[in-house]
Order: sequence, then C-alpha cells, then structure tokens
Amino acid sequence: MLDLTTQIGSLTLKNPIMPASGTFSEDLAQVFDLGALGAHVTKTVTREKRSGNPTPRVCEVRGSMLNSIGIPSKGIEAFKAAVIPFYARYDAPLVVSISAGSTDEFATLCEEVSVPGVAAVEVNISCPNIEEDGKAFAMRPSTTEAVMRKLRDATDLPLWAKLTPNTGETTEVAKAAAETGADALVVSNTLLAMAIDIKTRRPKLGNLMGGLSGPAFKPIALRMAYQCAKSVEIPVIGCGGISSVEDVIEYLIAGCAAVQVGTATFIEPAIMVRMIDELNTYLQSQGLSSVAELVGSIEDEQASDGLIFMEAAP
Amino acid sequence: MNISALQTHPKFGQPHSIHEVECAIKSNQPVNDEYRLLILDAPSELLDCEPGQFFHLLCPLTRNQQPYLRRPMSIYGYYPDKGELHFLYKVAGEGTAAIGTLGTGDKLNVLGPLGRGFDILPDWRNLLLVARGVGLATLAPLALEARRLDRKLTAICSARSEHFLLSLDYFRNLGVNVIPLTDETATSDINNMRAIIEKLLAEDGIDAMYTCGSNRILKLLQSIGKAHDIPGQIALEQQMACGIGMCQCCVRAFRRDGDVVNERVCKEGPVFDLQEAIGC
Repeated sequence: MLDLTTQIGSLTLKNPIMPASGTFSEDLAQVFDLGALGAHVTKTVTREKRSGNPTPRVCEVRGSMLNSIGIPSKGIEAFKAAVIPFYARYDAPLVVSISAGSTDEFATLCEEVSVPGVAAVEVNISCPNIEEDGKAFAMRPSTTEAVMRKLRDATDLPLWAKLTPNTGETTEVAKAAAETGADALVVSNTLLAMAIDIKTRRPKLGNLMGGLSGPAFKPIALRMAYQCAKSVEIPVIGCGGISSVEDVIEYLIAGCAAVQVGTATFIEPAIMVRMIDELNTYLQSQGLSSVAELVGSIEDEQASDGLIFMEAAP
Repeated sequence: MNISALQTHPKFGQPHSIHEVECAIKSNQPVNDEYRLLILDAPSELLDCEPGQFFHLLCPLTRNQQPYLRRPMSIYGYYPDKGELHFLYKVAGEGTAAIGTLGTGDKLNVLGPLGRGFDILPDWRNLLLVARGVGLATLAPLALEARRLDRKLTAICSARSEHFLLSLDYFRNLGVNVIPLTDETATSDINNMRAIIEKLLAEDGIDAMYTCGSNRILKLLQSIGKAHDIPGQIALEQQMACGIGMCQCCVRAFRRDGDVVNERVCKEGPVFDLQEAIGC
C-alpha cells in the first residue's frame, strides 16, 4: 500500500497536492470531488469588501499568463458565513489565505479567521498587486519579521507564510519567517511582470503590471523552493508553474513536503486529481512506498557540479 | 471520443456538471471571408446545454500559434439528435487562428457547458432579438429554443453588408420574422432601428428583448425597455482564464439597486439583465 501522506507541521495531508490560493473556489466542485485533494486553500480574503483591480485582469504570454486580479474579496463576515461552512463537508484540511495592508490589520484578520473548521492560515505577505509597485511584506526580512511576530501572537493555528519571488533576499526572508513563527512556507507567489500591446502601445493589463504564473515561471519558483528547503527546518510547500506530475515530483525531490497547483487548473480543471493518480504510478514504478521517501531526495553533489550538468544536458 | 472522468459530486447538489471532452471535428469550414463554422461530434453530456451558454476551447499548438489559455466561445447550435455541437467564429487572434487550422477528424478538447444562458419566461410570447455581427452567433440558438417553446420571434440582424449577415436562412427556416439591416444600404443606423422596433411594439407588442455584440444596440434597447417596461437580456464578453468562476479575471461592472457591482461573466453570465449592463 503506497503512502501518499505528507506532514506539514502538525497537519497530516492525505496526499501532497493542493490548490494554490486564487486559483481555486467552490465552483470546482462542479468538476470533481474536492475531497480528493490533500488540502483546500481559499482565495485570499481581506477584512473589508474589495472589488479588485480594473480589467483587463488577465493576458496570455508565451507558455504562461499574467494576472492582476487585485484580491477581490467579499469581506471576512461574508467569507465566514458562506465559505467556511461549504468546506466543512470535506475531510481535507481547510487553509484560509489572508491579506492586509498593515501588520495590525493582518493580526486582527488572522484572529478573526481562527475559528472551528479552519485548519491553518496562509498569510499572503507576498501578493504583488496590493502594494504600490508590487512591494510587499515578504520583500525584506525586517518587514517579514514584523508581520510574522504579530501574526504568531494572533492565532494558535498553523501559519503558512506565502513568500514572494520579487525579492533578492529569498533565503533571508525564508529564515525570518521561520524564526518568527511560521509553521510552513509556501514558495512562491507570482513574479511581477508586464506585457504591452504593440498596436495600441498600452500595457495589456488594466493595472499595468501583474503576476507571471504558469510553466515559464516554474524553474524560478523551483529554484527558490529548493533554496528555502535548504535554509529552514520547517516544511516548504512548492508553488509555481506546476502543470504535470513530473513538475510535482521535481518540487518534492527539491525538498518540498507538498505542492500547490495554480494556473494549470485553468487549462485542465481536474488536473490535480490526475496528478494524484500519476504520483501513485510514479512511486510504484520507482519502487518507493511513500511520498516521504521522495521529499528532499535531491542528489546535491551532481547538481552542484557544473561540468557534469553540462555533459548531461541534451 | 475520450470522456474524462469529470463528474458532479451528486451529494453536493451543484447546478449542473461541467465536462472536459476530446471531441472529433466533423467539419471546420469558412462561411465567408471572416467567419468559419466548426462542427464537433459531441456526446450527450455536452449537449445538455442552453442558448447563451459557452464552451472553453483548448486551442491546438501550431508552429505559428502557441495559445496558452483556453478560448471561450458561445454556442451557435447544439443538436442532441445528431450529436453535434456548432460554433461560428471569426479568426481574430492566435487562438482562433489555431482552431482554424483543424480539419475533419482532428480532435479538440472542449470544457463545458459553462455559464448561465438566456431565459424565456412562460409569459414571454413575442420575442425580439437584435444583433450585430458575430453577436448573431450567440443569439442563433435562441431561435431554435423559441420554436421549440412555440414563441413568436423577430430577429433584427445588422451587419456591414449583406455578405456578413450570417444566419438569415437559418432564422427564416425556423419561422423567424427576419429584418436585415446593413451599413451598405444605410438601414443599420440606430434611428432606423428604433423606428422599426417602435413599429413592432405598436403592431404586435414585444414581451422580451435579447441582444449581443453592440454597445449602441444595448443603449437603444435599454432606452426602449425603460420607456415601455419591457424586460431584456444581453450576452456579454470579457477576457477570461478559467471559465468556471475561480480566477475572477472576467468581471464586468453592473448597475444594481443604485450601486455598481462586479460580476463574473463566466459564472453569473454571460447572459445578464439588459438594464443592469453597463456598456464599454
């Protein structure tokens, strides 16, 4: 019997595949049984009602997409009344993603979502759309520390810190989050990017800039997830451009205890279910009996030797 | 035909199930210089749909076209008896150009049916459909449904020239009273359209109006609807990513109860109340 379970701090997930915040909602229950997933991660909720960014909110770039949704939110009260009860029918743990513009507001919101039915809080300290020019808490270790300390005091639930690729200090930010109380890291959110229409000479997104996601972003997010897994003791959840079971396996080998699938679900709504099946098949084919045997199994020596890498390249 | 295992989870009572299916192409032919008709061999699950709904098509990758996201396309026709799903489309960009390369026997991955379709309420006996350009494609299945429900339908079809009036024979064969208007004959201007609608109102009355494809027509029908208290519906478009409500890319603003609210075109629409719609 293959063991697909994975441990994220105190939480045991029945498999390592879950949706990425913002790319998942109750609507997906029209497509497959959501109970199949390792966990459920909600769209980011804010305390107040927000309408989000102007349209167009999405554009396609080669092999990937840009979005500038801007965290539309029905507000915390409506969220608690409708969303949390919906997920109560499933046994998969519910992870609520939250965002706020200040540390105090973040802490208050974290306290408000720490209610029965919620298994963990994912703190979106990374979204590139909400702060001016995409600046976010997780761009610097000092601001990460400041917000995480407040959040740690605000709840007893596990805290998952979602990091940003829009920083030159990936491992410092990861360490800062781990040292100030994060139970897991989600690595990472989207990469700030832009596209221009050459006919109109206007940016293709209403918000001028947006987040790059999809396969083109995967090598960057994978590198970050690997660096973070090497730097901290807490579990890392890989996120970025995962669109096949091979991508899932790469993240697990790199050291991630689980993964989040985002943009790929827009192309194939049931892709996460397929990935769970295919992960099973892969483990069997490799003679492995558990996901845990795969996590962090990267052969660092080979990857660090540039000559071997070049010879191995096709 | 490979039907993937996408099923509604029955105990949760979702409104209807969404299927992802690889359909074989029966034909994909040009109907004029701009539009093509795509006919798919579709299973009954896909054909349990309504006029105004849409499908999300996974465009093929070609040497010149590499579309990444699916493309939403409204239903032009659905025929459960023949197992056919029809789309009328204009080659406008990378995605539709890629679909244009597909031939008979090729496969196309479709997701759907999606969104909320048009309503024909029991007391709506005299229906008016007003469309411009490719908007005709979205409204065409309404004619079939109107005939099935034994309703009277008038279709005002507007286009640049006679050549681009695509569905006239289709409508006429369904017993629709067709009024073609073109820029070429200087009959498509909004004042003439208003006069024609006012005449229809005076003669037989209009119980409901439907439109798609033109901002000017939207405003005209809103004005007539308000003046004569006639309900109406409009099918809207927006760029979208997921097509099933998750991503919230495809919102548009609507007037409701003195407020402006955002709604998802893919989920709450693409069919909306005529008076609530805000033009571009």
